[in-house]
Amino acid sequence: MRPRAGVACVLPLALAGCQGWQSALDPQGPQARSLADIIWVFTGVAVAVWVLVAVALAAALLRRRAEPPDPLSRAPDRERAMGYAVGGCVALTLVVILALTGYSYATQKELFSTHEGRITILLTGHQFWWDVRYEDPAPSRVFSTANEIHIPVGEPVRIKLEASDVIHSFWVPSLLGKQDLIPGRQNLVRLQADRPGVYRGQCAEFCGWQHAHMSLLVVAHPREEFEAWRDAQLASAAPPSTDEQKEGQRVFLSNPCMTCHTVRGTSAGAVAGPDLTHLASRRMLGAGMLPLTRGNLAAWVVDAPGVKPGVHMPSIKLEPHELHPLLAYLEGLK
Amino acid sequence: MRTLAIALVLLSLAACQREERALRGDPMADESREKIALTSLSPGDSGPIEVRTGRGEEYTGNAYHQSEGKKLFKQMNCNGCHANGGGGMGVPLMDDTWIYGGRIENVVQTIREGRPNGMPSFRGKLPDEQIWQLAAYVLSMSRAVPQDVAPSRDDDMHPRPAESRQPAVTGVQGGTVPPSGEAPQ
Repeated sequence: MRPRAGVACVLPLALAGCQGWQSALDPQGPQARSLADIIWVFTGVAVAVWVLVAVALAAALLRRRAEPPDPLSRAPDRERAMGYAVGGCVALTLVVILALTGYSYATQKELFSTHEGRITILLTGHQFWWDVRYEDPAPSRVFSTANEIHIPVGEPVRIKLEASDVIHSFWVPSLLGKQDLIPGRQNLVRLQADRPGVYRGQCAEFCGWQHAHMSLLVVAHPREEFEAWRDAQLASAAPPSTDEQKEGQRVFLSNPCMTCHTVRGTSAGAVAGPDLTHLASRRMLGAGMLPLTRGNLAAWVVDAPGVKPGVHMPSIKLEPHELHPLLAYLEGLK
Repeated sequence: MRTLAIALVLLSLAACQREERALRGDPMADESREKIALTSLSPGDSGPIEVRTGRGEEYTGNAYHQSEGKKLFKQMNCNGCHANGGGGMGVPLMDDTWIYGGRIENVVQTIREGRPNGMPSFRGKLPDEQIWQLAAYVLSMSRAVPQDVAPSRDDDMHPRPAESRQPAVTGVQGGTVPPSGEAPQ
């Protein structure tokens, strides 16, 4: 295959990346849709301008040239016509640029308008995971989870963005554009999904070794399903039922796990790592790095830095007979 | 001339490696072999036996370890008693008074073993590496570490300038427990 044909075959493949659960060109919410509109309008206008300029340039280069005129002779009509052409083009450029600026400004103003939502989430970025706290006027209805945001479909959700260590950036391409999480200040965004589904988000500001593996999922449910999920998350952890799980809880509480993690309903209440109260109800492990399975969980518990170098969870030395009970306990945290 | 310019540019790349970072710490239960004596009294005339492997310099000379220590200081609620180094229920850490000695091995031992009158033991709760990181950060509060590795930035409101701007002090060798540091009888 000739090189050019090879390139021509491979390039369309890249377009396959424009669909799926993480694509700004496949908007699933009003914010993403207005951003996608901006992308298309700007691209369209820029392409049109480029084509016009290229055509004019080609015409100037290719046209047959007359004899060079006498430098001393003047043709006032011709010069005036040229003046109008250049002036017209400058005016047109100005109009296009001002129109695009105005359009972009109006969209952004709408995009970043902050309002009180029925649901407010405090999203805190850590190296390299997301803490998701559902706020509520009633303190008993506040809870935390990690790396998974659940929202009701068709309802704007207000998200407060904070960071605990370095600057991160929240980006769910299918639902909204990027917004930074900055230590010491709070940014606000609105998140809305029009269709139930799972959307992937990604940290979009380089934040350290595992920046690439700092992702999160946004799960959009119908309203009743969302309320059921929220009530389930509000509950304390299910007490261990089998003997193995009881032993696992003892291992959890007597090892360093409880120095960093919270399991509501037990004496573990630290906030340096993700809240594990309903760990087994989540889809992914290690901020969207691995699917949550028993094998992955075992690898993670025993040797997190081996799975995700640079992660702040140290490797834990467990006795061989302690691992399986601990896994059984963690898997029971539905 | 051009060769010289290219050579100079390549040479400048040598400055890009500021320090080595350990990609993974020691497993949880390992403990460093450091031994320090808290008293100058010992049987015979040899003086107390101490083991300092020089491991501390890995931490006092490393900016990454100290910024990790700064994070842990908050996460492990050290500031609950020591405030941001100014002291409260616990002793101040940003001055140059060290009840149990001001070298990094002494501070590591204090964190790992705990001390009378309130300082809890973190043995088994924190991996050894993180204890060393915390100790290196504690020393940076009084700038007993080089200025270019002391943390230069505060993540949130802080009552004092960042550690790299503290006046430098030399770590107190120390290690003799004064009556105030002894366990109540």
